[in-house]
Amino acid sequence: MKKLLLSAAVLAMALGSATVSANAADKYKACFVYLGAIGDFGWTYQHNEARKQVDAELGDKVETVYVENVAEADSAGAIERLARDGCKIIFTTSFGYMEPTLEVAAKYPDVKFEHATGFKTAPNVTTYNAKFHQGRYVLGQIAAKMSKTGTAGYIASFPIPEVVAGINAFMLGAQSVNPNFKIKIVWANTWFDPGKEGDAAKVLFSQGADIIAQHTDSAAAITVAEEQGKLGFGQSSDQIKFGPKAQLTANLDNWGPYYVRRIKAAMDGSWKTQSSWDGMAEGTVKLAPFTNMPDDVAKMAAATTADITSGKLDPFGGKITKQDGTVVDKVDDGMILGMNWYVKGIDDQLPK
Amino acid sequence: MRLDLEKRSDRSSLMALLSPIIAVALTLLFGAIVFWLRGVDPLHGLYVYFIQPMTDEWSREKLIVKATPLVLMGAGLALSYKANIWNIGAEGQFVMGALAAGAVPVLFPTWQSPEVMVVMLLAGSLGGLLWAWIPAVLKVKFHANEILTSLMLVYVARLVFDWLVRGIMRDPKGMNFPKSVRFEGWQRLPSWGDVHLGALFALVAALALAFVMYRMLKGFELRTLGLAPRAGRFAGFSADKAVYFCFAVSGAMAGLAGATDVMGVAHQLQTPYEPNYGFVAIIVAFLGRLNPIGSIIAGLLLAITFIGGEAAQATLHIPDKIAKVFQGVLLFFVLACDTLILYRIKLRAKK
Repeated sequence: MKKLLLSAAVLAMALGSATVSANAADKYKACFVYLGAIGDFGWTYQHNEARKQVDAELGDKVETVYVENVAEADSAGAIERLARDGCKIIFTTSFGYMEPTLEVAAKYPDVKFEHATGFKTAPNVTTYNAKFHQGRYVLGQIAAKMSKTGTAGYIASFPIPEVVAGINAFMLGAQSVNPNFKIKIVWANTWFDPGKEGDAAKVLFSQGADIIAQHTDSAAAITVAEEQGKLGFGQSSDQIKFGPKAQLTANLDNWGPYYVRRIKAAMDGSWKTQSSWDGMAEGTVKLAPFTNMPDDVAKMAAATTADITSGKLDPFGGKITKQDGTVVDKVDDGMILGMNWYVKGIDDQLPK
Repeated sequence: MRLDLEKRSDRSSLMALLSPIIAVALTLLFGAIVFWLRGVDPLHGLYVYFIQPMTDEWSREKLIVKATPLVLMGAGLALSYKANIWNIGAEGQFVMGALAAGAVPVLFPTWQSPEVMVVMLLAGSLGGLLWAWIPAVLKVKFHANEILTSLMLVYVARLVFDWLVRGIMRDPKGMNFPKSVRFEGWQRLPSWGDVHLGALFALVAALALAFVMYRMLKGFELRTLGLAPRAGRFAGFSADKAVYFCFAVSGAMAGLAGATDVMGVAHQLQTPYEPNYGFVAIIVAFLGRLNPIGSIIAGLLLAITFIGGEAAQATLHIPDKIAKVFQGVLLFFVLACDTLILYRIKLRAKK
């Protein structure tokens, strides 16, 4: 009975303290919805690092808020909560948030929304993505130089265009060094599942791959590479501390400059709907320092990176032969964004 | 020295009623300590987490939406647990219900009339029922432990769902993303604000199940079999039939919950689909004293932990894991209180 009274007292006091709510009304509120945990050291981690950069650069003019581990099927509630809590601009950072973002955006026309990796816009909804395949082309070149077996393992998530384009770019890069390069692919069907990703890495190594690349979010693959004395690449973030002897470089998502730019634009009124697709030139796609490789390989990788940055080299430039033998004269942006075919030399089948 | 649990000779019926309230109070106390350790004013934390969700129209609607599947499943599980039949796999039946309901618009995307809604709801219930039927058959025919089989089938259900939604049920125009077509018009449940028709189903179903349990012979039969299986057999009640009945009812309720969730909230199938409502519904059933009407209250309370968890992340900046720990802690305290009502702890010197 005492405990009951105690709890009633706690509740009563809680009601009383309702007005405490710290409010910084004059700050511009920028909010983020994350798919994974900020500690995934991959996709979500990088978005959160970018959020911290916003804090650091825009300082006391901006208040940033985030919600993590938001399931895609159930994200409308979380997005709407942020819109109601006074967020002026909301970044929803996973493809699966597309429909919920549009639904909530229609209800809150005064709030600006930025949806990562989607393809539907609205007057107050912008989409943004990055040309990650540019980095993967360089990764492919390094892999072909460094591999002794001539075979790389590749952990893929879902057979969506971005992932398929990444595999193709990796292969084209590798073929530019070694035309007979092989790539073994495992579809993990998840963005983040360290257990599954680690198992996939082990399988790929046991099948003759000696370098691993992945399009999933955790550091499991590079950890396994380190344990087995093999090589690999970091994904999304610099994972060198998980593979000090294994990581060659990492394909970095560097959203910070974009977030700072867009939030500034939203604050000064110049924000407009767009579909942003930045790459190395804008600094959104970056590579981690080249490590665990001879100087000539690092030099080649640096030169390729410079060429892609300057626009001299386009991973999908020139004639591309598809897996089925047909030739595409010019791969344009639309084809990359809708890519559902492999290039020649990949002997995997896209999951149907 | 060792700890022993000794059965109390008489149990206080007052305490049995108070047990969930004490458990909630202890959970609040625990929460206050967690907030305090995180450097959040504990009272403000509790306010944001537990009270604020009830203070405005919008979050009250969200609360009802979250409570809907929890009440539907909690009520079905309550009936089953009361009969001492342990369906732990409501989550899997929920997923199969969603899948069966979603199969209708996938197969007939242009079917637009009120009938399609009814067909989807029936398909969902049937999907859940049939999935629940598997552990029932295994128990009756092979005496397989239903706790294990029903639980393991959750993971099978998730994989089946994943396989189909990535495969043949994928939206052909969806750029290979693992999602079905969007449900439109009558393929969605009618809604008022965010609250959809499923909320009404939950209310009606909980009341109907309570009626079955306490006002009908079937309910008496189940309760007797649960309390004293031998006595039940002497009275001519069939334990096997009770197993089929309980799994059918709790499975159909879970399937219906899955159907209403995809028809009322997500409006499409997308994988991974692991909302965990089926597991939280187990907490709901216990917190509601294994009474379907109790499930309504308990379902609303657990819904607060979902909504409050979001609010706590957004306003208090505490991580999602801490926000979710409340659900587990609540079940822990409910079970602990129940145990201590039936047993007392004795310290005994080792001989």
